[in-house]
Amino acid sequence: MTVDLATLVAILSMAAATVITRLSGLVLIRHVSLEGSRRKVIESIPPAVLMAVVAPTAFATGIAETMACAVTAFAALRLPMLVSVALGVASVAILRALGL
Amino acid sequence: MNDNTRFQEFLGGMRAISPLIAAVIPIGLVFGAVAATKGLSPVEAGLMSALVFAGGSQFVAMDIWTYPASWTGVGFAALLVNIRHVLMSASLGTRMGGFHQPAPYLSMLFLADEIWAMAEFRAKVAKLTPAWFAGLVAPFYLAWVFSGFAGAALGAFLGDPVVLGLDFAFPAVFIVLVMGFWKGPETGAVLLASGAAAVATQHFIPGVWYIAAGAVAGLAAAMITGKTRDVEVTP
Repeated sequence: MTVDLATLVAILSMAAATVITRLSGLVLIRHVSLEGSRRKVIESIPPAVLMAVVAPTAFATGIAETMACAVTAFAALRLPMLVSVALGVASVAILRALGL
Repeated sequence: MNDNTRFQEFLGGMRAISPLIAAVIPIGLVFGAVAATKGLSPVEAGLMSALVFAGGSQFVAMDIWTYPASWTGVGFAALLVNIRHVLMSASLGTRMGGFHQPAPYLSMLFLADEIWAMAEFRAKVAKLTPAWFAGLVAPFYLAWVFSGFAGAALGAFLGDPVVLGLDFAFPAVFIVLVMGFWKGPETGAVLLASGAAAVATQHFIPGVWYIAAGAVAGLAAAMITGKTRDVEVTP
């Protein structure tokens, strides 16, 4: 149960990096006005970022992952989040077990 | 707002985040288990989860971990993986009209993908309050820190997460959230640009540049579709 000095410094360095990224957006919007078309671009940030994070898993990892992503997406049209996620996890486990 | 409504708001936030807590605990356990294989003690793994509180960058750090640890390497990697937080914090910042200083800055220190997404969702249907946001953060933060600690302590006792499909919980949550942000053809253009750029970048450039590349491409698509719309309405 010890903490190594180099490890601690590395953790602090990561923490500093995340504090910078977390606060800089907030600082940015104080200095940039957000009217009209800029507003529209800001509103498209959520889908743009979320898609960028999942795209390699959804389209470039394997057949099991791609199919499970499709299952999750269809489930999300009708079912609550937790059920959709559980269906996605179950389908990826089954498809991988089948060797896909 | 009196104490009772504030408490109700806090509980509302907790209810909203609860499914994501079920999804994040396995991921936290896996993170701890991976950290243990890299020589981190449970305290060190828990400390990283508590101070960094950003799963993606913690997994990347474990990927490139050395002994002794390189603070420049993992620090730069964390900056790159979390560059999306700049956009997320800019977007969520516009929803924090009901927050008084320094509440926006304090809240933003706990920005994580899941918390941010739930807060953006909330802001579409109701006014986002600090109490509701705190209800999102408190249980999620504790779940992440304790699962990281427990994962490192349990280590090899945990089964293979890939066989159980648990590594898929995180992308599955994101897919559900993406579906919720659908607003019409413009969203389709954003998703197409972002997805294509992310896949192409990930294929050709090692590391985590794909997240930034996809996000920028998605925003570019939003700008272009926004422009053509302006042209259409102008006689």
